[in-house]
Amino acid sequence: MSEPTVTDKEFNIDTVEHASTTPDTDLPWAELGLKSDEYDRIVSILGRRPTAAELAMYSVMWSEHCSYKSSKVHLRQFGEKVTEEMKKDLMVGIGENAGVTDLGDGWAVTFKIESHNHPSFVEPYQGAATGVGGIVRDIISMGARPVAVMDPLRFGDIDHPDTLRVLPGVVSGIGGYGNSLGLPNIGGEVVFDSVYQDNPLVNALAVGVMRHEDLRLANASGVGNKVVLFGARTGGDGIGGASVLASESFDDSKPSKRPAVQVGDPFAEKVLIECCLELFHAELVEGIQDLGAAGISCATSELASNGEGGMHVELTDVLLRDPSLTPGEILMSESQERMMAVVTPANAAEFERVMAKWEVEYSWLGEVTDTGRLIIEWDGETIVDVDPRTVAHDGPVYERPYHRPDWQDALQADTFRSSAAGENLPQTAQELGGAVVDLMTSPNMADVSWITDQYDRFVGGNTALSQPDDSGVIRVDEETGLGVALSTDANARYTYLDPYTGAQLALAESYRNVATTGAIPMAVSDCLNFGSPEDPEVMWQFAEAVRGLADGCQELGVPVTGGNVSLYNQTAGRAIHPTPVVGVLGKFDDVSRRTPSGFERWADGQAIYLLGTTHDELDGSEFARGRDHLGGLPPKVDLGAEKMLGEILINASRDGMIDAAHDLSEGGLAAGLAEMGLRFGVGARVAVDGICERDGVDPFTALFSESQARALVALPRSEELRFTDMTTARGFAALRIGVVDASSGDLEVAGPYAGDSFTLGLDELREAWSAVIPSRFATLGEATEAVRQEK
Amino acid sequence: MSTETPLIGDFHAAPAANPLSGARIGVVTFPGTLDDRDAARAVRLGGGTAVPLWHADESLQNVDAIVLPGGFSYGDYLRAGAIARFAPMMNKIIEAATASSGTRLPVLGICNGFQMLTESHLLPGSMVKNDHLKFLCRDQVLRVENTSTPWTSQFTPEELIAIPLKNQDGQYLADPATLEALEAEGRVVFRYVGENPNGSRNRIAGVTNETHNVVGLMPHPEHAVEAGYGPDDATGMRSGTDGLTIFTSVIASLAGGAQ
Repeated sequence: MSEPTVTDKEFNIDTVEHASTTPDTDLPWAELGLKSDEYDRIVSILGRRPTAAELAMYSVMWSEHCSYKSSKVHLRQFGEKVTEEMKKDLMVGIGENAGVTDLGDGWAVTFKIESHNHPSFVEPYQGAATGVGGIVRDIISMGARPVAVMDPLRFGDIDHPDTLRVLPGVVSGIGGYGNSLGLPNIGGEVVFDSVYQDNPLVNALAVGVMRHEDLRLANASGVGNKVVLFGARTGGDGIGGASVLASESFDDSKPSKRPAVQVGDPFAEKVLIECCLELFHAELVEGIQDLGAAGISCATSELASNGEGGMHVELTDVLLRDPSLTPGEILMSESQERMMAVVTPANAAEFERVMAKWEVEYSWLGEVTDTGRLIIEWDGETIVDVDPRTVAHDGPVYERPYHRPDWQDALQADTFRSSAAGENLPQTAQELGGAVVDLMTSPNMADVSWITDQYDRFVGGNTALSQPDDSGVIRVDEETGLGVALSTDANARYTYLDPYTGAQLALAESYRNVATTGAIPMAVSDCLNFGSPEDPEVMWQFAEAVRGLADGCQELGVPVTGGNVSLYNQTAGRAIHPTPVVGVLGKFDDVSRRTPSGFERWADGQAIYLLGTTHDELDGSEFARGRDHLGGLPPKVDLGAEKMLGEILINASRDGMIDAAHDLSEGGLAAGLAEMGLRFGVGARVAVDGICERDGVDPFTALFSESQARALVALPRSEELRFTDMTTARGFAALRIGVVDASSGDLEVAGPYAGDSFTLGLDELREAWSAVIPSRFATLGEATEAVRQEK
Repeated sequence: MSTETPLIGDFHAAPAANPLSGARIGVVTFPGTLDDRDAARAVRLGGGTAVPLWHADESLQNVDAIVLPGGFSYGDYLRAGAIARFAPMMNKIIEAATASSGTRLPVLGICNGFQMLTESHLLPGSMVKNDHLKFLCRDQVLRVENTSTPWTSQFTPEELIAIPLKNQDGQYLADPATLEALEAEGRVVFRYVGENPNGSRNRIAGVTNETHNVVGLMPHPEHAVEAGYGPDDATGMRSGTDGLTIFTSVIASLAGGAQ
């Protein structure tokens, strides 16, 4: 690409008039990430060359991140596979900032997951912090009060030196920002795998609630209504991140390298939340949009194209942190903690009063027009004159080529049982007991409280469950106990083995987690983390995963209400394992019915039942990971069984039959039992011989297989008959495998093996289980230990 | 049914649900306050009426006691509570808490509120970053060391209570002479039991002033007032309500005119 032939000054004030008279001017479209046919299309839409500001807008709005140009053709299935039945509680579907689901009693809930993967790798603290900030603003934009956040995290190998850089920064960033907003952090995931080396996944989920009448959408309607930008001032941060402005557009008097990662100010966000809620409550805004990726470009074009008319904006009225910013930079800036709203002239004074109360800065930028055009002026000269729909909605759509990788067959043929890893399996009581300890002290099964204790889970006083229970539960209505449950899950190893099944397994696990706590699953939000869409093999993984997820949602009857696609998660040509993170939201009529995930001290003597059937399914399992094996086929999906298991768990919770429940997933029965015991330090005596007999599996398989649609429950003996009547009536496998033993503090597992039984002291196990993560990351603690001793 | 938004910060519409006493307890909201709704709920559950007060206002609205809740007042990018100390509402609170005649206003500072009280010299000492340098959220056992304040009168001496701890700057510091005086005068109100969670001197979790009407503590009693949403305790998960006694204490003290 040659140098622009216009001078810097002319480039910066490149007006529409100037563009019309200089059709042959070269523009840096390639540096801005546009393909030549995309640039040609812009010229044909406009009937002339774009101005520098228009080019900047199109380039960022047509980027993969904003336009979903590679994923769109596949994502359509989420809409196409939604049945009328699934729509019945859906108030706002895909396409808005976040989907909205009816909770009943006049309440609605909105939730969404997004990724902030690349920024968090470059600058872990700010990347993760602004990830929280961005998703929270999406929730506010819908008119909702944010009520909780969750963070699914994936890091490289736990012992890689760079993980020591990335993880503590990400965790303190999430805490530093989220804790300052007054939002309880109620769960998430922590996964270590070398495939995320140089490509950590930092996804953030936020959930908000509102009264039906408070629902707000991002559109600019009502000719003559005013457009206002409020919150933080616009600075130069975030511009370089997407490489959207070529270096030629900066002159030498300014910093040549802008920070690629935005810098967050959680106090400004907290004030913005309260200020927006006061605006909603007083009905002072007609439409609202948060400023995230693509900043003012996105907000103006989205608001204008979702309304009926057009919009007229004077860009010199934007309040700046850095007065040297050019129009293009102002349009592209991704400075945080900003919102754009449409306000009627009659409400303008009242709007200003609310701004003054919260001491939030604002500037009136323009108004809604009936021209159908988005016109942006710079000091009275027109620098943008476009149909906003062509910017926001008519971006390119690609049918990227994809094909099943040649290596997929060999991968699937390399089963755990047929590999060297499947030899010399633990058989005796002693070997099996040792294997359980090894499993629970492996990085991915270890206690994550060193991480989650850095997040506030109490603020708000409505947290009914949080990590380590199966899902986070938040009360919405203090009088009735109406509330929501949330879980996020993904198993990238399963998805790597079979993307279609893997995505469904993520959905199944998340659905199961929500049902295990007693909530009725209602809606799905997903964060699809994949490698480069330009690699046909990655594109195949993506296409298969989306198809699997859409089919799965249809079968379970839960609609996808929104989400995010994160592509190009690969470094040096090596893609991450396909990681579709699936969040499921469930509903409680009364959150006091929630089922905890562990045996409680007062539950001595309660019966422990295993629900579901165990098959020989070790491929992709945590046990196989412990032996460095990944091959074969993931566990089978049976969504009909998942649905039935969900019904059983929900009914049992509602009718007060069970006192504890925990789903079986990674690590199988062994992990499930250990986690239920570790939750409150209460032991149990169980036997696996019944499972072996009924399902025709050996004790090792009974303990470590990761067969789906299974859960453990504990219930008083007085409820056993009623409970088993319910499972029998549904023909769902239920087997009494033991009793809670509150007196011992031991987990004793008997079986048809040499040595008869093994016993794990829970205190001892806890010590090892909870030391895994701090032993890697709490090095600062050691330095202060000496000081502590002196005190 | 109530249309109250169930959450943080905005409790302007909070109903005064049949208070058992006439006690009016002000809960002060700064722009970055986070636990004001929880504090207001605790006051209501304790039987009083929560009166929302705004940092920029100058009227105490005839409240009988004040709670300064947790959060990040004005962002606390400087020292926690250092700017909040100069708020118009704080000036009124300082005046009323140190009145030379009549009843001195009972004031409770929780977490960020405690930091404001030390910054405004209503309480001695200061808070710095936790010695392990991280935010820490956990269920914390405390020993109640002084039951002669209006905020602790219904505890039994030496009672062990469990309430949530959650902060970044919770390490209590004071010079040796001050620590000695606090101990000698019985002005340590709460002490951490078990592992010191943040390096606080003498394991101090909360202190009171010479006249015992002002109490500050780092852990959060307002998060342990309702079964199902508090810390774990012996009766079950999240069942701990030990924090409620702080609020019933002050309401009983006000009703009995005890000061």
